[in-house]
Amino acid sequence: MHNKTIIELAKGLRAGEFTSVELTQSFLNRIKQHETLNAYITVTEELALQAAKAADLKLANGDADLLTGIPIAQKDIFCTRGVKTSCGSKMLDNFVAPYNATVVKKLNDAGAVMLGKLNMDEFAMGSSNENSYYGAVKNPWDQAAVPGGSSGGSAAAVAARLAICVTGTDTGGSIRQPASHCGITGLKPTYGRVSRYGMIAYASSLDQGGPMARSAEDTAILLQAMAGFDPKDSTGVDCPAPNYLESLNKGLDGLTIGLPKEFFGDGLDSGVAAVVEAAVKEYQKLGATVKDISIPNLNLAIPAYYVIASAECSANLSRFDGVRFGYRCKDPVDLTDLYVRSRGEAFGKEVKRRILMGTYALSAGYYDAYYLKAQKVRRLITEDFKRVLQEVDVIMGPVAPSVAFAIGEKINNPIEMYLSDIYTIAINLAGLPAMSIPAGFVQDKPVGLHIIGNYFAEDRLLNIAHQYQKITGWHEKSPKGFE
Amino acid sequence: MENWEVVIGLEIHTQLATKSKIFSGAATAYGAAPNTQACAVDLGLPGVLPVLNQEAVRMAVTFGMAIEAHIAPYSVFARKNYFYPDLPKGYQISQMDLPIVGKGHLDIEVEGEIKRIGITRAHLEEDAGKSLHENFHGMSGIDLNRAGTPLLEIVSEPDMRSAKEAVAYMRKLHELVRYLGICDGNMQEGSFRCDANVSVRPKGQKEFGTRAEIKNINSFKFVEKAINHEIERQIELIESGGKVVQETRLYDSVKDETRSMRSKEEANDYRYFPDPDLLPVHISEEFKAQIKAQLPELPLVKKQRFKDVYGLDEESAVLLTSSRQLADYFEATVKASGCEAKLCANWINGELSAALNKAGLEITESPVDYPRLAGLLARISDNTISGKIAKQVFEEMWQHPVSADDVINAKGLKQISDTGAIEAIIDRIIANNMDQVEQYRSGKDKVFGFFVGQVMREMQGKANPAEVNKMLIAKLK
Repeated sequence: MHNKTIIELAKGLRAGEFTSVELTQSFLNRIKQHETLNAYITVTEELALQAAKAADLKLANGDADLLTGIPIAQKDIFCTRGVKTSCGSKMLDNFVAPYNATVVKKLNDAGAVMLGKLNMDEFAMGSSNENSYYGAVKNPWDQAAVPGGSSGGSAAAVAARLAICVTGTDTGGSIRQPASHCGITGLKPTYGRVSRYGMIAYASSLDQGGPMARSAEDTAILLQAMAGFDPKDSTGVDCPAPNYLESLNKGLDGLTIGLPKEFFGDGLDSGVAAVVEAAVKEYQKLGATVKDISIPNLNLAIPAYYVIASAECSANLSRFDGVRFGYRCKDPVDLTDLYVRSRGEAFGKEVKRRILMGTYALSAGYYDAYYLKAQKVRRLITEDFKRVLQEVDVIMGPVAPSVAFAIGEKINNPIEMYLSDIYTIAINLAGLPAMSIPAGFVQDKPVGLHIIGNYFAEDRLLNIAHQYQKITGWHEKSPKGFE
Repeated sequence: MENWEVVIGLEIHTQLATKSKIFSGAATAYGAAPNTQACAVDLGLPGVLPVLNQEAVRMAVTFGMAIEAHIAPYSVFARKNYFYPDLPKGYQISQMDLPIVGKGHLDIEVEGEIKRIGITRAHLEEDAGKSLHENFHGMSGIDLNRAGTPLLEIVSEPDMRSAKEAVAYMRKLHELVRYLGICDGNMQEGSFRCDANVSVRPKGQKEFGTRAEIKNINSFKFVEKAINHEIERQIELIESGGKVVQETRLYDSVKDETRSMRSKEEANDYRYFPDPDLLPVHISEEFKAQIKAQLPELPLVKKQRFKDVYGLDEESAVLLTSSRQLADYFEATVKASGCEAKLCANWINGELSAALNKAGLEITESPVDYPRLAGLLARISDNTISGKIAKQVFEEMWQHPVSADDVINAKGLKQISDTGAIEAIIDRIIANNMDQVEQYRSGKDKVFGFFVGQVMREMQGKANPAEVNKMLIAKLK
């Protein structure tokens, strides 16, 4: 059952081949069986079985959605009422949210069954899931390797068949990079497409929730349920979501693919490059034409990102002060001691590093040189993409410079870790939608193909991904031991 | 003192009278039990997002139009970062570089002179909560009911040259925001709070002296005292060879002194940056036109109209236009009673205002509403009762929800204009007081009052005084 698609499962549920309770129980068993992957922070067994029962009733009454009764899981960055929402941090280890994030509410309303909350880098800061208070997540393809991050638990869970589909968030590549490293399909929507309400903020102007699943088709179904304007999110865009399933089957004749030369320069693993080139060739077979393009300011993306994201996070994380919720140090002697020790004891190294960088970048005398400059760079990069997307329909390239690296390999070298996001970060700065889809293997580890589209062209991206998945089988491969 | 010039600028925080908070749907009502009016957004829970209350924008633009200010077509909310337990998010959402209201002005009157005070800017921001330090066994309590209440911070130019001018400006602004209906002006509840920037310089010097900021002075009286005290302190300091340092000072109304709170070096670096959770605010020309059309008549214009249309003197007009509600009450009374405007003005500024003051009530809370007051004034106008009797009737009406006619009829207070009845009494009094008659006739005019008093006493005050005067003059000749 765990290898079926959402549509197949929906049919099986309706045909009475199995119930949602049975389906849910089988996933709960698998989660237990593969606990050592550390993909989940919290498994909500009881709630899941309750939700499955309710789903079975809905199915019996004939008022079910495509997602009704389907076992899913939430990245532990989305607030879930009555369930611990840790954001991968010691700071929120004791935090039980009193409300549901809009994304959680929408998926609950659709009848999806939440199995639990997925592991992640602390406050979504990281590219390897090693920054989690709950420990590193193992990559199902190679348990010595990282799954990527920050949605590492999400990607590992889908790859290991510990949920049919999951939510992730992407601030600088946190959906696409782990999707690439775990051989699954992940989509970062246009900024504003999915509500951020109830999604714990890292860098507000860059954060975007999105779906992760095995196939483009499942991704489309999940996105359909997540997308839409939410009056609680002022940065959301009030533009109706099209029917993503309907557009999957359009042909690709006349599609123009842009290949930015900056995506194929120094630092890109030759094996990864070969996989991407082979994927592009498949698209040419499907009727696409290829054009060489340039994003001249791409090299400025990482420094600009680390200024903007750090600046925003330095303010976003101020509310974690030990006063109203979350971790509080023992026996504070005064207010300053309460602040200093609560934050000092509960935040991890990477979080502290970014708060410090952001605080510095916003300080009097440095603001213009760092924050304002970074915003200017951001505009330049955005203009680069806008210009290029007038000439081509989509941009393709690698998601990450190499396949998943070993656990422990880069954790003490933040700069090298940051550089692993070189292809994904610029997309967040521009606010564009982008996907990672499985396109092959290097040294038995998956490689993702990066597809970047124009604003609100998620339907087009899913269509392009789906057409590829119809003629290749990369997305159906499963890691050894998880078949 | 005569060698020094004082320079004052005020920052006034007005709490906007919206029903809900500036970035959440929680209520803003004052006085609720602690933390019962704070929702997830006000508490700064992880994951929550602010949504701008459009009513706060409308009120800010209304204020801007009333002071003929530049309204920014594009304004931006920024985060002001600092840690404090009653600041739930660790930052306050405010406006820094691009405030919604730009340069404007307000005219004040000091000792008959009109002076124009520049207003630098007015920006929207959220209020913080309150820290409570009593009854917590050495700990502090936090009440977040006030967190997220919309404020309009109005910053003046350093245009005031005395504490008197500062108070006049503050009063004028207080009157204006209440006129506009954007602030209830309640100073005890903190709806209208003032910080003053004060400096002194030798007369004739162009550059400003170093300023001190006096925080949170919450009454007109204290503003004047605090500023005057600060002026004295600065002059004494400089004259004795010292230097004023830039700092924030706190006014202690009990000791009547200001004391240092923090110096410039200790000041926070607030690390302002645009709030990425909120979009910039766009104000269109149409929106401005719509607000302008809805703008109420402003105090100075209303005062002039009251003088022109109702023939009132300056003092009456000033008093009646001191609040929009009072002015409305006056106009409604004139219309309903059909009486002379002056009579209405005298009664409202006199008897009614005195009674309201004594009871500590606002005009809107008056036990005697305008139709009932109009009913009373109409009876003075048509000579049914005298002004003196009317005061008795008014007192009765203040205590009980009865009409003037009810009181007049029930107590038999109708004025007697029957000349026959009055004549009989006058004749009797003259006959019984021949000595006084002699005195009067020999030129002692003062005795006339004695006769009037006698007649009125006999008639229990109900005689028409004009009639009595006329007849007495004739009879005493």
